[in-house]
Amino acid sequence: MAAFEPVLSRNWNVPDSHTLPVYESRGGYKASRKALTEMDPDKVVQVVKDSELRGRGGAGFPTGLKWSFLPKDRTQTFMCVNGDESEPATFNNRLLIERDPHQFIEGILIACFATKAATAYVYLRFEYIHAFRIMERAIADAREKGHLGKDIYGSGFDLEVYCHRGAGAYICGEETGLIESLEGKRGWPRIKPPFPAIEGAFRKPTVVNNVETLACVPHIIERGADWFKSIGTPKSYGPKLYCISGHVNKQVCVELPLGVTTNQLIEEHAGGVWKGRKAKAAVPGGISMGLLSAAEFDVPLDFEEIRKPGCLGLGTAAVTVMDETTSMVDYLYNSCRFFAHESCGQCTPCREGTGWLYKMMKRIKAGGGRLEDLDIMDNLAKNMGIMPGTTICGLADGAAWPVRNALAKFRGEIEDYIKTHQAPRYQVTPLQQAIAHGQSPVGSDTPMPDPTRRLPGPDLSTRATAHA
Amino acid sequence: MAADATATNSTPYLSEPIREKIRAFIPRYPNKRAVTLPALHIVHEHFRCVPFGAMKEIAEILEIAPAEVHDTMSFYGFFPQAPIGDVRVWICRSISCMLTGGEEMLAHACKKLGVTSGQTTPDGKITLEFAECLGICDFAPAALSDDGRIFGPLTPATTDDMIEVLKQGPVADSPITPVIGRQ
Ligand SMILES: Cc1cc2nc3c(=O)[nH]c(=O)nc-3n(C[C@H](O)[C@H](O)[C@H](O)COP(=O)(O)O)c2cc1C
Ligand code: SF4
Ligand code: FES
Repeated sequence: MAAFEPVLSRNWNVPDSHTLPVYESRGGYKASRKALTEMDPDKVVQVVKDSELRGRGGAGFPTGLKWSFLPKDRTQTFMCVNGDESEPATFNNRLLIERDPHQFIEGILIACFATKAATAYVYLRFEYIHAFRIMERAIADAREKGHLGKDIYGSGFDLEVYCHRGAGAYICGEETGLIESLEGKRGWPRIKPPFPAIEGAFRKPTVVNNVETLACVPHIIERGADWFKSIGTPKSYGPKLYCISGHVNKQVCVELPLGVTTNQLIEEHAGGVWKGRKAKAAVPGGISMGLLSAAEFDVPLDFEEIRKPGCLGLGTAAVTVMDETTSMVDYLYNSCRFFAHESCGQCTPCREGTGWLYKMMKRIKAGGGRLEDLDIMDNLAKNMGIMPGTTICGLADGAAWPVRNALAKFRGEIEDYIKTHQAPRYQVTPLQQAIAHGQSPVGSDTPMPDPTRRLPGPDLSTRATAHA
Repeated sequence: MAADATATNSTPYLSEPIREKIRAFIPRYPNKRAVTLPALHIVHEHFRCVPFGAMKEIAEILEIAPAEVHDTMSFYGFFPQAPIGDVRVWICRSISCMLTGGEEMLAHACKKLGVTSGQTTPDGKITLEFAECLGICDFAPAALSDDGRIFGPLTPATTDDMIEVLKQGPVADSPITPVIGRQ
């Protein structure tokens, strides 16, 4: 394979890469000019379809296909760009906006032309303060130079782009949560169908795309679908921005063809595991995607292969490396706490499930765990989410996956932790024990139960689950 | 009592320039309710909180019920109803930061400032909060202040430096790279 040439990040190290003159001098806004003046919208959709570009926001849905779901007879379309980027360990959208806002705007312009959207809202998480400032300026500059506004390049196409700032809620990254938040309501995801393409923002056909997805579009128009498909692995084409953080020497974001492995990322780009240690596990694509053990580090990180070791998907391709000293109990505790904090509370299995998972992990970590907790957690995790069909959105699947993967891959370690970390204050007292058994506590000298023995009650580990 | 209530009603929270700023967002959206979040941000930036009275006035401008504004506002744990400090700083506790010492830095900063997460120092200078991933994991363990400054990777020593810098108050502009930590 020919040497890989970065395209999304090609301007990042150029001085003043965020300014319009620099972007134009490096060939910027050529693709949008080509699309708007030489192509018709359906042709642009077709090229993007042919490139088999898949969404970079998490779900990996084919972008061209999504655009073609818009009703043919629509009179108004909205574009919502998802810049909420809150998946733990992910920061590539931030760099894309801060370092090269015009590449992003060019992507928005072409995508809006293709989908006939005259208004684009860029939903930016509040914490991206610089990105917001840079975008505001870039939009104003682009407008002044005729890349946005009325009758762009004399094509008769009009477009306005507005930034809409979030307020610190992870769930507003879910596409319908984003739309609700944009409409000025609480960020509660909607029940689908109808999908946004049919009825989205302000009840009009709407496209929701990630920042990186749209940043790919100008390059596809300029270089063609075949070029795009020459990069990556089957069904996972194109360049991808991988973020690497955690226990590595260099926490970075690098652009690589889809399908590199965790080992390559650690060794070739992140300077190895820190402190000369060995890696134990890694989060493959944002915390929602589950967990890879070190033995699975040669699995290609693309949309398909990553499912084989049991991960949920590629997610945001943000890898967090954990070294050999990391306790999986700490990892699970952190993950469960995150989802309990971020669940929007609409669906009972998610609201209560994430809360219970967090409480159990808190208790286990503090020395009050029992082995049967792990069965209960596994059971809970298998029954929450859109896959078992019990919730509205995928947050619950993301909350369940770390639990499922950690229990499948590191159960022994967690069991050992429970057995060796028993704090006296969590021990069941003889009185509680007697009450649980329905016995009179008078004269009871029941010994302290050891954590490997089940407490009385139904045996959850053998109960049939909706999705094993 | 009734007279008092009328008196407070006649002195609005939101000055004309603030109202103008909010109204300027209306043409961007097909309906006025969509301006709720921008309006809350404008008010929050000005008062460093969103007082109940201001919420009612936002509702009037946007021609929606005050309860609708409150419903939206209270969903995001972002808009306090009593003023926060001159600078609000978030220390990340999510996975990459936790692994590299974020929780310890949060505890260290709390101790140093004599507050718990979510509180403001008695001199009103700094509000310290934990955050889930701030999207600056390349600088983990990291912190962000609400004027846009990035701090990281933090150590106990650089956390102390950060606090000293934050005590000087907010700044108007800052680089996209950390002001303390790795440049
Ligand atoms: C809980 C949850 C959070 C999400 N957060 C984000 C996010 O921060 N950014 C993003 O682009 N997509 C996020 N997504 C995915 C979006 O729902 C949607 O699939 C994506 O924005 C579509 O864009 P794409 O097709 O270009 O990837 C999230 C999904 C879920 C279920
Ligand atoms: S699954 Fe969770 S986050 Fe998603 S809508 Fe239901 S309660 Fe909200
Ligand atoms: S995990 Fe701390 S900034 Fe992302």
